[in-house]
Amino acid sequence: MSVQIEAVRPATARRTPTHNLTRTSGIGLGVTMIWFSLLVLIPLAAVVATAAAGGWDGFWRAITNEQTAAAIRVTVTAAFAVTLVNIVIGTMISWVLVRDRFPGKGLLELVIDIPFALPTIVAGLVLLSLYGNDSPLGLHFANTKWSIYLAFLFVTLPFIVRTVQPVLEELDQEIEEAAASLGASRFTTFRRIILPALVPAIAAGAALSFARAVGEYGSLVLLSGNLPFESEVTSVRILSAIENDNRATAASIATLLLLISLLVIVVLDIVQRRVARRG
Amino acid sequence: MAERHRYPKSPTTYLLRAIVIVYLVLLVVWPVALVVTNTFENGGEALRSIVEDPDMMAALRLTAIAAVVATAINTVFGVSMSLLLVRNEFPGKRVVSSLLDLPLSVSPIVVGLALVLVYGGRNGWLGPTLESWGFQVIFSTPGIIMATAFVSLPLVIREVVPVLEELGIEQEQAAQSLGASGAQTFWRITLPSIKWAVIYGVVLTLARSLGEFGAVKVVSGNVLGETRTATLAVEEKYLNFDQQGAYAIAFLLASVSVLAILVVFLLRAREDRRERSLS
Repeated sequence: MSVQIEAVRPATARRTPTHNLTRTSGIGLGVTMIWFSLLVLIPLAAVVATAAAGGWDGFWRAITNEQTAAAIRVTVTAAFAVTLVNIVIGTMISWVLVRDRFPGKGLLELVIDIPFALPTIVAGLVLLSLYGNDSPLGLHFANTKWSIYLAFLFVTLPFIVRTVQPVLEELDQEIEEAAASLGASRFTTFRRIILPALVPAIAAGAALSFARAVGEYGSLVLLSGNLPFESEVTSVRILSAIENDNRATAASIATLLLLISLLVIVVLDIVQRRVARRG
Repeated sequence: MAERHRYPKSPTTYLLRAIVIVYLVLLVVWPVALVVTNTFENGGEALRSIVEDPDMMAALRLTAIAAVVATAINTVFGVSMSLLLVRNEFPGKRVVSSLLDLPLSVSPIVVGLALVLVYGGRNGWLGPTLESWGFQVIFSTPGIIMATAFVSLPLVIREVVPVLEELGIEQEQAAQSLGASGAQTFWRITLPSIKWAVIYGVVLTLARSLGEFGAVKVVSGNVLGETRTATLAVEEKYLNFDQQGAYAIAFLLASVSVLAILVVFLLRAREDRRERSLS
C-alpha cells in the first residue's frame, strides 16, 4: 500500500511543489498561525525590537552593566556546570532505569518526572526544606551561590534522562554481546559501542537542560536570596528592570537570553537531522 | 526478556544503582517528603486555614480557571497543529516546527516581558487599542491565561506528533474512499487512534499550567483576591513569614501535579503491557 502511494507522489509533487493543503486545512493553518503569532511570535519580536530601538550601544550598555554582567556570568557558569553534571548522572540514571532491575524501580521512574511537574516556586520551597536554614543535614545552601547549582540540578533532572532512555531501550544488545565475546571489556564496550549511539541523545538533552537553567527563575526566588554579584541570576535582573519600568534594559537582557534559546534550538535541529540521516 | 540479563550482576551494577538512588533521594525524594511532613506538623491546621481564607480560595480558583482555559486552548491548537505538521506540506513547515519548541526554552520572565510589551495597556503595541475596546489583558485574567498558555504550548504537540507519524494514513484514506467526510474521518478514525497521546498531553499541560510562576508574576500585577494566583500566594506567604501557609498551598499544588504524572505513569504502564501482550 505505502509503496503505491510513494510511486504516485512525485507526479503530484511536481504539479504543486510547495503545499498540499485542502481548503479546510488551509484555513486551519491560517487560524493556528494567527494564534501562534499573537501569543508567541509577535511578543518575542517585540522584545527584540525594543532592545534594537536602543541601538547597539544601548544593548551593549545594558548587558555590560556591572551587576548584570555578574548575574550573566553566575547564571551561565552554573548552567554549564550543572549540564556537565547532568550529562554524567543523567546517563547513569537512564542506564539504571533501562538495564538494571530491582524492586521499586518503577518508583524511580516517577521520581524523575516530579521536578518537571512540580511548580517552580514549590520546587524552591521543597529544596529549602532540606538545604535551607532549618536543614536536618546541616547543609545551609540558602542565600549562597550553591543554591543556584542546587535549583538548576533539580529542575533539569528529567531532560537528559528522558532523551537518553528511549535510545538506550532501542539499542541492540547483540552488538554488545558480540563485542564482549570478542574480548572487549565492559568499559571498552561502553566506550566504543554504547556511548557513540547515545551521544546525539545526550547532546539534545544537554542543550535542553542548559537552556532551561539559563532562564530559570521560580525555583530560585525563595532559595537564592538574590544577592548581587553572588546569587543573583539573569532572570532576576530582567525582572528588576521591568519593575523599575526600564523596558529597554529588560528587553536587552531578554534578547541575550532569547539568542541563547535560539542557539539551543538550532543545535537541537542539527543534531536531530544528523541522527535522522544516519538512521 | 530473559536475554536482557546475560551479563552477570557485577559490583559496578550495584555501585551505579546505589549512586543513582542516593542522588535521587537527596535531590528529590527527601525534600518532597519534608514538605509533606511540614504541612501536617500541626495536623490539618494549616490546610484548614487556607480553605477558610477567602483570598486564598480566590487565588486557587484563579489558578484553576487559568489552567483549564489555557489547557483547552493548547489542546485544540496542539491537535490541529500536529495534524497540519504531519499530514501536510507547506512552505516554512520546518521553521514552524522548530519554533513551536521555543516556549519550552524561553525564560518565564522573558515570556512575561514579551506579553507586556505587546499587550501592556499603557504603551504596548496592541494594548492601548484593545483597552479602548474595553479589553484589558495585562494585570487581568486574559494576560494570566496567555502567559500560562505560552509556557505550556508545545506539550500536546510533542505527545501527538510521534503517534500521528507512526499511524500512517492508510486508515484515513480507506475511510475517505468509502465516502467519509473530513470531519467524520477525524472524529471516527484519527481521534480515537491518538486518544492516549492527547490525554498525556492534556495532563502534562494541566500540571505545567497550574504551576506557572515567573511569567504570571510579570503579567498579573499580583492584586490580592483579584489577580493573585496560587503560586504567587506561596511566595507572598513565605516572604511574610507564614511558612505554614506557604507549605500548605505548596502541598496542594504539588499533590495535583504529582497526581497528574501518576495518572500518566499508570496509563503508560497499562498501554505498555497491552502492547507487549499483543506482540
